[in-house]
Amino acid sequence: MMAHLPVMQVMVPLLAAPLCALVRNGRVAWGIAVASSWAAFWIAWEIFQVVHSTGAISYSLGGWSASEGGIEYRIDTLGTFVLMVVTLVGAVVTPYALESVGKEVDKSKQALFYAAFLLCLAGLLGIVVTGDMFNVFVFLEISSLSAYALIALGKDRRALRASYQYLIMGSVGATFIVIGIGMLYVMTGSLNMANLAILLPELSSNRTIPVAFAFLTVGVCLKLALFPLHMWLPNAYTFAPSAVTAFIASTATKVAIYVLLRLFYTVFGSDYSFLEMQLGTYLLPLSLIAIFSMSLVAIFQANVKRMLAYSSLAQIGYIILGISLFSSTGMTASILHLFNHAVIKGCLFMALGCVMYRLNSVELDDMMGLGKKMPLTMGAFLVGGFGLIGVPFTAGFISKWYLIQGALEKGLWPVAVLVLLTSLMAVVYIWKVVETVYFSEDPGSVNSDCSEAPIGLLIPTWTLAILCVYFGIDATLTTFGASSAVANLMGIGS
Amino acid sequence: MSALSFLNYWFVIILMMVGFYVLIAQGNLVKKIVGLNIFQTSVFILYISAGKITGGTAPILDTQWSVYSNPLPHVLILTAIVVGVATSALGLSLVVRIKEAYGTIEEDEIAQMDESL
Repeated sequence: MMAHLPVMQVMVPLLAAPLCALVRNGRVAWGIAVASSWAAFWIAWEIFQVVHSTGAISYSLGGWSASEGGIEYRIDTLGTFVLMVVTLVGAVVTPYALESVGKEVDKSKQALFYAAFLLCLAGLLGIVVTGDMFNVFVFLEISSLSAYALIALGKDRRALRASYQYLIMGSVGATFIVIGIGMLYVMTGSLNMANLAILLPELSSNRTIPVAFAFLTVGVCLKLALFPLHMWLPNAYTFAPSAVTAFIASTATKVAIYVLLRLFYTVFGSDYSFLEMQLGTYLLPLSLIAIFSMSLVAIFQANVKRMLAYSSLAQIGYIILGISLFSSTGMTASILHLFNHAVIKGCLFMALGCVMYRLNSVELDDMMGLGKKMPLTMGAFLVGGFGLIGVPFTAGFISKWYLIQGALEKGLWPVAVLVLLTSLMAVVYIWKVVETVYFSEDPGSVNSDCSEAPIGLLIPTWTLAILCVYFGIDATLTTFGASSAVANLMGIGS
Repeated sequence: MSALSFLNYWFVIILMMVGFYVLIAQGNLVKKIVGLNIFQTSVFILYISAGKITGGTAPILDTQWSVYSNPLPHVLILTAIVVGVATSALGLSLVVRIKEAYGTIEEDEIAQMDESL
């Protein structure tokens, strides 16, 4: 049983998904979803302990080893860290979904909602555990296709358009990834990441390899919505059901970033990616533009969900910025922010889901004076908002601290200044919400008879809010996970 | 090595560009899916061409044959075709629902309707 943990990590949600579709009853399906997402979390925790005590796990699927052309599942310190992030958010969002989805999705579609949700979870986990390039593509498409379906379940008809747009962009990205994988396969005859890592350096003078590198990088950047490939994201996040936004915003883009790290460090090797291809010089300006422009756009949004979607794009910029610095501090900052941003954005989007539950709207104008009526919901929003800004004693502070240190180490003080400046911009857009919610008088029209959100929504929201504070005060677990992941990646690379 | 020996790959590039162009230039949502399909199909041909060996047969063990085409690209593309079918099905069903919700499948008309909200 314990030896099969890597495959169980994927199989549990993957098998639970058709079960949900078969039972057709929303509540039963929800029960299955909660049980399997908690089981996934437990498995991830077990794997975390195994990886940190005995090193990376390698699992041959069906007993066929990689040298025989089999698919290898491989989990190292970075993989187990991302598994923890994804399963944690999954385990918190599924209980939340009962009330939130119950209100926002038609009763007849609820069981199918959980089926798609679990497929998405299985896909995301599969991307992380697999050590096979083509498997990455397959799982990426499992998670993306189910994400398109989930987004299309939003009540607003614009959700359909957002989902369609995401489908087109996402499929182009995925096809780019297949082209890249195909080129690597043609050149090396292998799809296994560890094998590719050995075979590729000998071929680095070959012209096909840079083309494969470019296709893969652009394809994955489309999936993770790096500026200027981000057009699909704001609408998708805004119009999706609240639980979906909370889940996808904190996991899907993070897993795509994981794929990027895998490509740069494990498959191509950091020397090739950063020294020969000069990746840093492309990613640095793009991430800076993403951080600055998206923070600026976020300030002018009237819909709070859309505002947070733009803020997510800026946060993705921070993570890519850390990667582009190509130093261990920068990488630690990125991987830490991967976790911290997942917790913070999960908390914020779930708090907005509570507002959506009561008001049926997340327009700023409708939220006037809401602080008095929904003190717990808005309290969680405030904690998440502080985290987003990077106030000390919240998780966001830790990752920004590392990021600024990383920038200063490289002598890039303008970058450090920009990080501080954009944090101030986060203060502006969070303050806009705080001002409306706490310091404006309720006009007595829209939300006059509104009360606190139900307890089933508040507990998951506050779980993430408390984690956001906890990992801001005691960051030993997260920094340990992140720094050992970095040590592992950099160790392979050099 | 003449340009003709890469004939397959020339077709792959042409199909890829045609598909990509349709995908970008067309405002009709169904035509966009058609473009996406052509785009994906070109990649299927890219894989299959790479697996072909001149004079090779199907990969069946038999004493009569020693040269056979690499079966792995075929298997991979079988998976990719399934993914492509699923994508088209999902995309088209979204188009159906967009048609129900908006009454049109022209992108600019839908954009206009959303802006006038």
